[in-house]
Amino acid sequence: MTLKTPVSLDTEVLVTGVAHSRRRRQLRRTTESYAFLAPTLILLLVLMIVPIVMVIGYSLQSNVILSKNGQFVGIQNYLTVLGDGAFWKATSNTVVFTVVSVAAHLVLGLGFALMLNSTLIGAVPRAIFRGLYVLPWLFAVAVIAVLWRMLLAPNGVINFLLNANVEWLASPQLALGTVTFINIWAGYPFFMVSLLAGLQGIPSDLYEAATVDGASSVQRFWNVTLPQLRPIIVSLLLLDLIWTSQQFALIWMTTGGGPIDVTEVLSTYTYKLAFAKYDFSLAATAAVLVLLMSMVLAVFYVRHQKARD
Amino acid sequence: MAMSVQTRRRTARIGIVIGLVLGAVFAAGPVVWMLSNSFKSNTEIFELPPRLITDTFSLNAYVAIFTNPETMRFFLNSYIVAGAVTVLTLLVAIQAAYAFSRFDFRGKRVLNVIIVSVQAVPPITLLIPYFGLMVGLGLYNTYPGLILTYMVFTLPYAIIMMTGYFNTLPRELDEAVRVDGAGSMTALWRVLVPISVPGIVSVGIYTFMIAWNEYLFALTLTRTIDMRTVPIGIQLLMGQHSYEWNQIMAMSVLGSIPVLILFLFFQRFFISGLTAGSVKS
Repeated sequence: MTLKTPVSLDTEVLVTGVAHSRRRRQLRRTTESYAFLAPTLILLLVLMIVPIVMVIGYSLQSNVILSKNGQFVGIQNYLTVLGDGAFWKATSNTVVFTVVSVAAHLVLGLGFALMLNSTLIGAVPRAIFRGLYVLPWLFAVAVIAVLWRMLLAPNGVINFLLNANVEWLASPQLALGTVTFINIWAGYPFFMVSLLAGLQGIPSDLYEAATVDGASSVQRFWNVTLPQLRPIIVSLLLLDLIWTSQQFALIWMTTGGGPIDVTEVLSTYTYKLAFAKYDFSLAATAAVLVLLMSMVLAVFYVRHQKARD
Repeated sequence: MAMSVQTRRRTARIGIVIGLVLGAVFAAGPVVWMLSNSFKSNTEIFELPPRLITDTFSLNAYVAIFTNPETMRFFLNSYIVAGAVTVLTLLVAIQAAYAFSRFDFRGKRVLNVIIVSVQAVPPITLLIPYFGLMVGLGLYNTYPGLILTYMVFTLPYAIIMMTGYFNTLPRELDEAVRVDGAGSMTALWRVLVPISVPGIVSVGIYTFMIAWNEYLFALTLTRTIDMRTVPIGIQLLMGQHSYEWNQIMAMSVLGSIPVLILFLFFQRFFISGLTAGSVKS
């Protein structure tokens, strides 16, 4: 972003002098930049790079953390984890939980954003509704988990309203759907807030031109609104895929991965290996596999963000 | 023709209002129920038919939380940890964002990619080495252990949001000061930071929210009851007194208030700052 002014090349002395000072200035800028970045870099090195190297190291050894004499076992742990049916069950649960949550977040978030952006309602009701819709976003997962456990209890208010008597979180048929529903409730506001900002950034002359051309409101939505929101939507989808596939707390506090393993996701599976079975080697292996999967999503996300710059 | 447009608008408005109300019940209903139950007696919470407004309105559950030194300790811990994380994250992120926004330097693109991709590193991947690291460094079950851990998750967002915010401010502002001979530090803290208050506030709130609400590391990197934070405290309450729903709900309400207040007062800054940083178009 620096302006590269063409240097006039009158004499040799001047050329070397300018080149020299420019190089020096550039060097000084780089040094100065790194001085500003130093705390960030140190933190990322100690708390990100070192731990990732450590966890990969753990995954290649047996008996790590608890005993001091870990032994190098190569890919043995990987064969064990990849041969474990529970790992694949957790993977498929993670995919279902994530894909359904993310799709619903987008639909709900976009729907609410469109309603809130409508010119048919006044500014005050709009502000009130927006405040209410944002609410779930502001609560800690711990609060969301206990709140829904109360609502969904067999003698709770949901069963009363539906005139049902269902064990929402304890039934093998319903538990995965139920935790997914709770996650949908907790996560759509991020989409809504971002898409609302996106909607407000669409130039109104685009709509006017479309109206003049005789486009109906449905056509305006498909041909103006969606294409304009597309970059935001892709960013949000990728971010949400990354976050949701890593969700731990909500599942841990509502079902703990049960009943049996119907809500076991990769994070709870890994956590249990480490802190329930104390097999830190296998846990590290599962953690590395989770990291690899996330990195695939990260590559798409980084490429998308760069394309938008 | 004019009539039909008017009728159509009216139908559309009715449709939207119905949609909005249904959405509000979906979004806020559970929260209202939580609030309502925090004022009930435990027998009334599961009484049928359920009642939103209670006969037995009482503040007993709140009094129980406030008079229990254990639960008060959870709050103290959360304030210390989330407060420290917010201040430190801002200090570090503002400097990094300044470099990213105002300088061209070798390695900038690579670092940018690293900071964006760090957001995708799963917490569960870091959990196991952190456990080993914190025990090894003597930071297990301490404030610094939690604070450092949280910064890894708050820092990337804070840097990206803050860089986005600085990019919206004209370079001439701080460059003029630097040309006059002042150092970059002066340009940043005397010129750029004071006019960036809205951006800093929104980044600060987001950071505080993440730190206040965090569960996985708070669960794993602390051991003793006096080091637990509010999210863990709520779970402990649930385990110990699984029939005292009014206390669990009161604790949940109290545990949400700091974030709600921050959001309420700084909503405008927060939403514009968040979207400017993370979802710029």
